[in-house]
Amino acid sequence: MNAPTVDIRNAVKRYGTVTALHGVSLSIADNEFFTLLGPSGCGKTTLLRMIAGFEDVTEGEILLFGKDIARLEPNHRPVNTVFQHYALFPHMSVIDNVAFGLKMKGMALAERRARAGKMLEMVHLSAFADRLPAQLSGGQQQRVALARALAPDPKVLLLDEPLSALDLKLRQAMRVELKQLQEETGITFIFVTHDQEEALTMSDRIAVMSAGHVQQVGSPRDIYEAPVNRFVADFIGETNLVPVTVEAVADGRATVLLPGGHRMSCAADAGIGPGAHHLSVRPERMNLGTTGDLEAVVERVVYLGTDLQLHTHLDGGQPLHVRLQNSARADLPAPGARVALQIEEGAARLLVD
Amino acid sequence: MKGVRHYPGFLAMTIGCLVVLYAPLIVVTVYSFNGSTSITQWGGFSWRWYADVFTGPEAPRFAAAAWNSLTIAVLAATAATAIATAAAVAMVRGGRFRGKSATFALINLPLMVPEIVTAVATLIFFSAIGLTTGYLTILIAHVTFCIPFAYLPIAARLEGIESSYEQAARDLYATRAQAFRLILLPLMAPGIISGFLLAFIISLDDFIITNFVKGAGMETLPTAIFGSVKQGIKPNIMAISTMMLAVSVLFVTLSYFINRSGQKTRA
Repeated sequence: MNAPTVDIRNAVKRYGTVTALHGVSLSIADNEFFTLLGPSGCGKTTLLRMIAGFEDVTEGEILLFGKDIARLEPNHRPVNTVFQHYALFPHMSVIDNVAFGLKMKGMALAERRARAGKMLEMVHLSAFADRLPAQLSGGQQQRVALARALAPDPKVLLLDEPLSALDLKLRQAMRVELKQLQEETGITFIFVTHDQEEALTMSDRIAVMSAGHVQQVGSPRDIYEAPVNRFVADFIGETNLVPVTVEAVADGRATVLLPGGHRMSCAADAGIGPGAHHLSVRPERMNLGTTGDLEAVVERVVYLGTDLQLHTHLDGGQPLHVRLQNSARADLPAPGARVALQIEEGAARLLVD
Repeated sequence: MKGVRHYPGFLAMTIGCLVVLYAPLIVVTVYSFNGSTSITQWGGFSWRWYADVFTGPEAPRFAAAAWNSLTIAVLAATAATAIATAAAVAMVRGGRFRGKSATFALINLPLMVPEIVTAVATLIFFSAIGLTTGYLTILIAHVTFCIPFAYLPIAARLEGIESSYEQAARDLYATRAQAFRLILLPLMAPGIISGFLLAFIISLDDFIITNFVKGAGMETLPTAIFGSVKQGIKPNIMAISTMMLAVSVLFVTLSYFINRSGQKTRA
């Protein structure tokens, strides 16, 4: 494998006595769409700003193609940033905004205007070159910010929640566009977001962060299907977290006692031993069965359009949500009915707390 | 909820305040156009006292004083604005540093200290270091007390500018100096102009401190007016006052609109 484009080694950030990042290490490959995902205050933006050079690195190294850039001024780092609120210079025209980085790098006027024009073409805003940023819509400003950051041809593009200020429809369209742009330019994108759907749809790999630690790094599928701990399982998507007792582990499988007295067998990672654990089951990975694994009582049926959600509970009260496709089924259980639930093979995961 | 206009006593209170604040100004303005030599009896509309200011026996004295006032105001406002801009950048963008609140108090001290105390202290200071009072001492004193007036609009403006603009500039390969000159300074410009105009007006109409540190034979417009009034109020004083009032209103209005237009383009 080639040397990683960005190699973060044991990065620590402290503000006085408060530690925002506890020794984060990440390797980000060339041409990768890499996402830092986590709730607000998890340190994802701090880490991004440390890569950009807006925050000092308290300890550790940030290598870019093998060279430590952690102590360089922002203008000496070959990375560019798309800011959350775009930070377009309000007193400059769109084209001057896009050409700013090229001008600072000493490119001649004719050349930089040509390149800025080409960047605007790429984001379909050629007609707006001479406007001021305030005369553009939010979505257009977002594209200008992208064009401006990409114009100097950075090695790495940093994106700080760039879609959070857009409305839903535009946000969804921009996800596809961003991903396309990344594939076309071949530039490594490091994307910060708290929106897991955004992360899942665009990323090659995701680092899930919480409280200044990286919890898990993996492909969207890994993160969703095989969360390594309770935080990741709970944060990504919807899941049922059921407190269980592991009675025995043998050959990678565990015998598990559920609240309500039901026993089942499921896969167990190394590190899972007998005792109290949580079992994570995604609502869409369960089905109605006839002689299923589990018996539950239906509380209500929630209509979601494409899906139906059954709110059920096991004997003893443990709630369990089940998501069913909204097909033209006639056999929908009524509230109060006892149903058998079938958990798909491999869908139940035992988690370390 | 009812608007403030419906509060009991609103109208009476408003009229009372407006009369106390503005009736004297209106009287002075109106009587500056008085045709008679009396300052209380109306003798028909006339420009004679304005003409008197420029051509009458006191004209050379007023012209010299006006020239001093104007040059001192321009120089003092320029120096104070430059210092206030640097101070605002340090206070607003400098992060936390030791003695920050002390610095803030120091910048704004001239607003709190009674002017007469500053006047006496400044005079004693100048004589202690052996500086002869005159044009230079007036200028130094004016720069000092103009700083907080220039500082307030500049700092307020800077606080409204997100630091992400400078960060974006640094990110796009601008040096610190380039980011300041090309991005921050243009964005601060409305605040800086506003601060300059305010400082200019404050310098132009200062009397107490100027009177203490001006030295013999040196006059600014306010001290010249005071000197003239001591020998009895003549209508030409009202004409000068009205002209100064017009300049002040013009500058303050300008300052207000420049600040407001700046706020509009910020979005």
